[in-house]
Amino acid sequence: MINITVLNKLGDEKVLEVPEDMGLNLMEILKANEYNVLATCGGMAMCGTCHVQVLEGMDNLAGHSDAELDMLDTLPDAAPNSRLACQLRVDENMAGAVFQLCAEEDIEIG
Amino acid sequence: MITTDICIIGAGPVGLFSVFEAGLLKMRCHLVDALPQVGGQLSEIYPQKPIYDIPGAPEIKAQELVDNLMKQIAPFAPTFSLGERVETIERQEDKSFIVGTSDNTKIHCKVIAIAGGLGCFEPRKPAIEQLELFEGKGVNYMVKDPELFRDKKIVLAGGGDSALDWTIFLSNVASSVTLVHRGETFRGAPDSAEKVFHLAEAGKINLVLKSNIVKIGGNGKLNEVHIEGADKTITTMETDYLIPLFGLSPKLGPIADWGLNIDKAAISVNTFDYSTNVEGIFAIGDINTYPGKLKLILCGFHESALMAQSAFKHVYPNQRLSFKYTTVNGVNAF
Repeated sequence: MINITVLNKLGDEKVLEVPEDMGLNLMEILKANEYNVLATCGGMAMCGTCHVQVLEGMDNLAGHSDAELDMLDTLPDAAPNSRLACQLRVDENMAGAVFQLCAEEDIEIG
Repeated sequence: MITTDICIIGAGPVGLFSVFEAGLLKMRCHLVDALPQVGGQLSEIYPQKPIYDIPGAPEIKAQELVDNLMKQIAPFAPTFSLGERVETIERQEDKSFIVGTSDNTKIHCKVIAIAGGLGCFEPRKPAIEQLELFEGKGVNYMVKDPELFRDKKIVLAGGGDSALDWTIFLSNVASSVTLVHRGETFRGAPDSAEKVFHLAEAGKINLVLKSNIVKIGGNGKLNEVHIEGADKTITTMETDYLIPLFGLSPKLGPIADWGLNIDKAAISVNTFDYSTNVEGIFAIGDINTYPGKLKLILCGFHESALMAQSAFKHVYPNQRLSFKYTTVNGVNAF
């Protein structure tokens, strides 16, 4: 298991212990931890609803694919440290990384 | 006023297949979708992606599935209101409903089936101060009628294909066109990107790269945008219109206001027939939730079949439903 840190839109910080050997991606981890990430396209880098910014550990992550860069290009609030969580494979290189959620949905009804 | 048996909100795969299941039971359907075309996220987000878990179709492209569904439901002559968002649902004395859309279309129906997927696709809004204040007063998120911009000063924002395409198109319509893009390169279609750079070199458009619009202003109507460059200096530019083009993102929208039980942006249903807490309103596909819910197209198809069985009781309260296989009975077109 590795630890990663996630900040929600309000800035609340939480350390998550996640398995690094199950072939999961960060979007799946966020959903499993009940973050309100839509992930409309299910992980195809086509909707931008799992947009995160990497606050720490960017250099350890694998580079962007073309599909991911294409999508990030269309987002109004993308920054140089922006990634799509669905394109980030959770492995030992992610240990210690800090992620800021950007696309978390605000709707919490009922 | 459009009159139908079932008003289906959402023309994605599950909404479309509901027409088939309803048609087998002699119920007519009218579909409403906020997008200008049928197919929902399959057509809007991933038309060329192959899907592998449709029973009987080992590999099928998303758009192909939508096209096939349209073929499959054609015998039941569904009608459509596309590019319109359902805003209101009014219950009538006889328990029927009148559904009202953003274009003021009224649909009278006996049953409502919400197959709204993740909600309505709405334009993604950039974080610009006072943006919402000027919506419809100089800020437009799409180009519906290019003539609106004839001989006007316009500023577009964005770096995707639609930003490039509209910049090229409007350069021949507007009196001045400025494209503001966060990056310095465009990853859209190479042809379009090249054209935009040529237009900028020829002085036909004003290309502002590595910059963001941070604030807009005007007196009741937009007349200026404030653009922040890479060096954080702010430039103010006069304009009649701002067109932010950052794609579409789904929002639950007015669905939240119809008195339905909502759990985490999804509609709670009874798995007996996917009925909601409001009699006569059903919710199927990605928009609903229940214990064990899986957001799969094939699950939505199943839900539509069971929904149709219960909808029959609302549409034909005095008739008994006898279940018939298509292999025995065929498909009897309307």
